[in-house]
Amino acid sequence: MLEGPDIHRALTRIAHEILERTRGASDVVLLGIPTRGATLAHRLAERVAQFEGVKVPVGSIDITMYRDDLRLGPARPLGKTDVPAGGVDGKTVVLVDDVLFSGRTVRAALDALNDLGRPKAVQLATLVDRGHRELPIRADYVGKNLPTAKSEKVKVLLSEIDGRDAVELLRNENEGAGK
Amino acid sequence: MKHLISAGDLSRDEALLILDTAEELARVSERSIKKLPTLRGRTVVNLFFEDSTRTRISFEAAAKRLSADVINFSAKGSSVSKGESLKDTALTLEAMGADAVVIRHGASGAPHRLANWVRGSVLNAGDGTHEHPTQALLDAFSMRQRLGRLDGLKVAIVGDILHSRVARSNVLLLSTLGAEVTLVAPPTLLPVSVERWPCQVSYDLDAVLPKADVVMMLRVQLERMNAAYFPSAREYSRRYGLDRDRFAKLHDDAIVMHPGPMNRGMEISAEVADSPRSTIVEQVGNGVTVRMAALYLLIGGENQ
Repeated sequence: MLEGPDIHRALTRIAHEILERTRGASDVVLLGIPTRGATLAHRLAERVAQFEGVKVPVGSIDITMYRDDLRLGPARPLGKTDVPAGGVDGKTVVLVDDVLFSGRTVRAALDALNDLGRPKAVQLATLVDRGHRELPIRADYVGKNLPTAKSEKVKVLLSEIDGRDAVELLRNENEGAGK
Repeated sequence: MKHLISAGDLSRDEALLILDTAEELARVSERSIKKLPTLRGRTVVNLFFEDSTRTRISFEAAAKRLSADVINFSAKGSSVSKGESLKDTALTLEAMGADAVVIRHGASGAPHRLANWVRGSVLNAGDGTHEHPTQALLDAFSMRQRLGRLDGLKVAIVGDILHSRVARSNVLLLSTLGAEVTLVAPPTLLPVSVERWPCQVSYDLDAVLPKADVVMMLRVQLERMNAAYFPSAREYSRRYGLDRDRFAKLHDDAIVMHPGPMNRGMEISAEVADSPRSTIVEQVGNGVTVRMAALYLLIGGENQ
C-alpha cells in the first residue's frame, strides 16, 4: 500500500506539521509506542532537528501492563519504556504509533502516561489510520488514511527492524485478529 | 508457565523472560507512582507456614504494585494451629478464589502438593530444605545487573548447603543460564547427592576465592541443625567465613551476595557486608521487581 518513499514523505510532512502546530516544538516530547512506534518517533525527531535545529527529547512508552485485553491471551513480554530525562510534566507529549485502529492501544498509552506525570497536552501521530475506531479517539497527525475491511491486517515494515520500509495489507481469514 | 515451584522447571528462555520482564518493571520502582493496573481484580494469597519477614513483605509489595488484592495468611494464630491440614487450608483458599498462592512451608514438596489442589498458580516461597526459586531469580538478576552477564560467570556458593533451599535453586537456575557454580562447604554441610548436581564442589574456600566473580555467603541455619555439623561456631567462621583478609583475595570486580538474614561475624564480617561490592541491600529491592515479573507472567494473562 505504501512504499519506502511514501513513508519518507509522510514522516517529513508530519514533522513539519508538528513544528507548525506546536510553534517550533520547543516543549515537545516524542513518545513512541513499542516497537515500531518507537522507531517512528526517532525518525520524526531526526527530521525536526534537520528542519529547524530543535533537539526534541524522544523516548518510548510501553503499554502492555495497561492493555484491556491482557486476560484474552497468555502474558506478553514487555516492551521498553524510556522516558527522556526531562520527564513529561508540563510538556506537549506527542504519542507516536504505526497503525491507528480500534484506539485501544492509545487508550492504554494515555493511562500509562498518566502514571508518568502530567503533560500540558497530549497529541497523537500515526503513520497509518485504518479506521474502525472503538473508542472516541482521533489522531492529530496522520501519515496516510487507509480504508480497510475489519478482517484485513495492516502491517508496517521499517528498515531498522524489518530491513525495508513498506506498509502492507494482508487479507486475514480468521476474523478480527490484531491490527 | 503455570506454577513456579522449582528453579529447575524453568527453561533458559523462560528464565530470561522473567529477568527481562523484571528489568522493565524495575523502572516502576523509580517512578513517583509505583503502581501498575495489570492485576486489578486478581487475588494473591500469601500462605506462610514458616516465619519470614523479607520474602513475605517482598511478595506483598510485588502483588500490590501490580494492583492485586493481597490476603496474608500465617500459620500462627490461624486454623492451622488448630490442627487444619494443608489440603483443607487449600480448599478454603480455593473457595476464596485465589488466582495465585504464594506458599512457604517447612516441609519440602508442600508447594507441589498444593498445586494439585488449587486451580490458581502456586509460587514456591521456600519449602523446607528444598527450593526457593524466586530467591535464585533475584540473585541471578542482581548478578546480571552488576556484572552485565550470566553466561560463563564463576559463582561460589559458600556455607550451609545442606539446609539451604537457596543454594539448590541457585545451582539449578544458574546452570541453566550458563554460569559455573562451585559449592564450598565442610563435608558435613553438603547434601548426600551433591555429586549429581550440575556444579563443582570444594572444601577449600581460599582456593576458590581468587577465581570467583560472585561469592554468595549462606547463613548457617542453626534452627534446622539437630546434630553437630562442625566443632564450634568460631572454627566454622575461621574456615568458611568471609572476613577482610579473604575479601582481599577476590579480584577487583567480584561481588559479594547474601540472601539474608545475615549473622554478622559468623559467615560474613560486618566490614564485608557493608562494602560497596556487596549487593545485599539491592538484592532486597530486586526481590520485589523479580516477584512482580513472576506474578505478571503467571497470572497476568488468561485464566488457564
